[in-house]
Amino acid sequence: MANLESDFVGIKSPNPFWLASAPPTDKEYNVRRAFDAGWGGVVWKTLGAEGPPVVNVNGPRYGAIHGADRRLLGLNNIELITDRPLEVNLEEMARVKRDYPDHALIASVMVPCEEDAWKRILPMIAETGCDGFELNFGCPHGMAERGMGSAVGQVPEYIEMVSRWCKAATDLPVIVKLTPNITNILYPAEAALRGGADAVSLINTINSITSVNLDAMSPEPMIDGKGTHGGYCGPAVKPIALNMVAEIARNPETARLPISGIGGVTTWRDAAEFMALGAGNVQVCTAAMTYGFKIVQEMISGLSQWMDEKGYTSTADFVGMATPNVTDWQYLNLNHVTKAVINQDDCIKCGRCYAACEDTSHQAIEMSEDRVFTVKDDECVACNLCVNVCPVENCITMRTLDAGEMDERTGTPVAAEYGNWTAHPNNPASTAAE
Amino acid sequence: MSNTPFSDGIQAGRLSSAELSENFGDLHPRYDVHEALVAADRCYFCHDAPCMTACPTDIDIPLFIRQIATGTPEAAAKTIFSQNILGGMCARVCPTETLCEQVCVRETAEGAPVEIGRLQRYATDVLVERGAHPFVRGASTGKKVAVVGAGPAGLSAAHRLALHGHDVTVYDARAKAGGLNEFGIAAYKSVDSFAEREVDWLLKIGGITIETGKKLGEGLSLDGLKAAFDAVFLGIGLGGVNALGVEGEDKDGVEDAVGFIAELRQAKDLTQLEIGRDVVVIGGGMTAVDAAVQAKLLGALNVSLVYRRGKDRMNASEFEQDLAASKGVRIITNAAPKAVIGNGAVREIEFEYTDNDLKPTGQSVRLLADQVFKAIGQTLVGEGLPTLERGKIKVDETGRTSVEGIWAGGDCATGGDDLTVTAVAEGRDAAEDIHAALRAD
Repeated sequence: MANLESDFVGIKSPNPFWLASAPPTDKEYNVRRAFDAGWGGVVWKTLGAEGPPVVNVNGPRYGAIHGADRRLLGLNNIELITDRPLEVNLEEMARVKRDYPDHALIASVMVPCEEDAWKRILPMIAETGCDGFELNFGCPHGMAERGMGSAVGQVPEYIEMVSRWCKAATDLPVIVKLTPNITNILYPAEAALRGGADAVSLINTINSITSVNLDAMSPEPMIDGKGTHGGYCGPAVKPIALNMVAEIARNPETARLPISGIGGVTTWRDAAEFMALGAGNVQVCTAAMTYGFKIVQEMISGLSQWMDEKGYTSTADFVGMATPNVTDWQYLNLNHVTKAVINQDDCIKCGRCYAACEDTSHQAIEMSEDRVFTVKDDECVACNLCVNVCPVENCITMRTLDAGEMDERTGTPVAAEYGNWTAHPNNPASTAAE
Repeated sequence: MSNTPFSDGIQAGRLSSAELSENFGDLHPRYDVHEALVAADRCYFCHDAPCMTACPTDIDIPLFIRQIATGTPEAAAKTIFSQNILGGMCARVCPTETLCEQVCVRETAEGAPVEIGRLQRYATDVLVERGAHPFVRGASTGKKVAVVGAGPAGLSAAHRLALHGHDVTVYDARAKAGGLNEFGIAAYKSVDSFAEREVDWLLKIGGITIETGKKLGEGLSLDGLKAAFDAVFLGIGLGGVNALGVEGEDKDGVEDAVGFIAELRQAKDLTQLEIGRDVVVIGGGMTAVDAAVQAKLLGALNVSLVYRRGKDRMNASEFEQDLAASKGVRIITNAAPKAVIGNGAVREIEFEYTDNDLKPTGQSVRLLADQVFKAIGQTLVGEGLPTLERGKIKVDETGRTSVEGIWAGGDCATGGDDLTVTAVAEGRDAAEDIHAALRAD
């Protein structure tokens, strides 16, 4: 049985599944339930400065995108940081940490962009016995308008400055949570590194309007006839998060910066994918909000089984293994030729591959009178659209042509050697040897 | 004293009013919004969808299901009605398991098709219950068309003709329009007077006059209609019932299943309707199943459905056979009736076992019976009809008969199975051909 114990920048937890700073981690009751259900760690919902706490709208706070059978694919929220007094949160955190010493407890923090504010609050929070801090530079709504959250996260200089203040104010690990609402994720990541941060966590939520109420003519979620952009999360944002994680992991400057992966992690497989791209652990929110805390049990059993099957004994064995295979388009092998193949035994004859290819792609699928669908190798560019629209998994697959085999579309045999755009004759800037 | 299923002979009131209304409730209650959305989600929106090809009326099924899925069941209903104006009834009575749902790719993939019939019922009910009629009659052409028979074929033809601006008069022998929809199908398939409501809704197109109590040969003649109208469509169905041709057939208690079914459909109070204790239905089609199941639901103690060939040759679909079995009907196959036994009234009926080629095996069996329903097929009746072929009015694919100016469709005509949905298709297509012919005049 694989050992799922996790050590992320010195913070130990029984498994790499943490709950992200969000409503599920807002108070003692929820967090105890989470630890009892099996979550390895919790990033407590963001704490603000002393004094009267923020107030939230009185609903609705969430909007959603649904797939078939109302499966929740994307969630958007306009909640702010904790709306409970700081001292209440600190008391509860101390009690929870005392009762669950082996579980990770991280404090998410957001105070105004002033050195004194950070210097004052971190030691206070540290007294709870928490294992580290996560600086919330990501929240895209409400707090940003007050000069906090993503308003800081969008300015690399501020990230560097606040990270430095925090590192000076505490010995505990400091994780900087990054907003995806920027042009290039490397700038904030590099700034965090320069400021001395121990790690980054990403992504926070994405600016979004989930839908428009066509009767009231207002964005959703709608509060008294008005709506505002909220933070988008859930399975829909996973591809965006994976890319940003990979960009940081493969960038030489930030390659050694530990990453806590966040964004649509719903199953053990999602977690393994984030970790394969370089995340040391993962944080989850929407999946728990959709299904409850119990889902972590599937994540634990699934990751264990997969690790056993692959022979990995610790999560460190595979973290970052996929990172070297993330490259730039120009380095992709143009001599690699594949063709779609339809397995007639699995085909249910819905014809979606045909409609997609005939109407929107390369007219490379033939449909017979009796609804047999076959690929025309002389037209197939291997775009993969038929694979993606087919309702039956693995019914359509891509076959790699052997070197020397004729590509019927181009009329040329497949070259054995690797060849990319940088050396391609059609590239005006080709660096191919003359 | 009230009766029970054990009461001897043919009796009314074997079950309480509450039991009867439970038994004769909607076989497949209509989907609510949530159920419809979940069911619609399963449709793959196939290219050149097999379900469409399998539908005798060529309804664009993937389109109407997508319209349901996107919250516009009214648009879905219009998609259905544009091909099949009796889409509401067809959603209730179509043997979907041998038509659209049989070829659904999810039947192939998972052995569970998209429930097309129930989705069609949902969409059409939404629109019909709103009382809205989605079509507007074209400008009057001044042409007059007579339609004989207000069943599925006749109503379908009449609607399409009226849509094109022709003035239509529909004649029917019965006191009420609807044909088999009104008189010939099991009550639990069309509850709450749906057939009647559907006719009222269909007539909202305008330009259609219905004259009931008018029958060919009894006040109506083909020659007279030909003279008075620009075109005639015959959708007269099959008015005769086949006889068993066995000794004792005339004994009391031996009845036509179609008569029983019609009487039941029109009954105001099912507790007053008589049914035997030991009922035997002879036949293997939908009519036989409808009679047998309803006999059971009325409180008959023992109901046997006896068919002379094997189970696989029964015209009743597998779904219908299973329905009968689940209601407690005993299905006996490979047994042909030999004699009706009894002193004045039937007491027993004797069957001889036959092989699949109907060759007698020499073995026989007697079933206790105080009521026997014959459901071994119906025949066309009428004098002076256009040329017949295999006992039906011979028509080409557009419904033209041997007589110029006379079209025919539905059960009375050759071509197609004897299904409501084929009758609708034939009525519609004949109407289009009549329209083309009248325009060319």
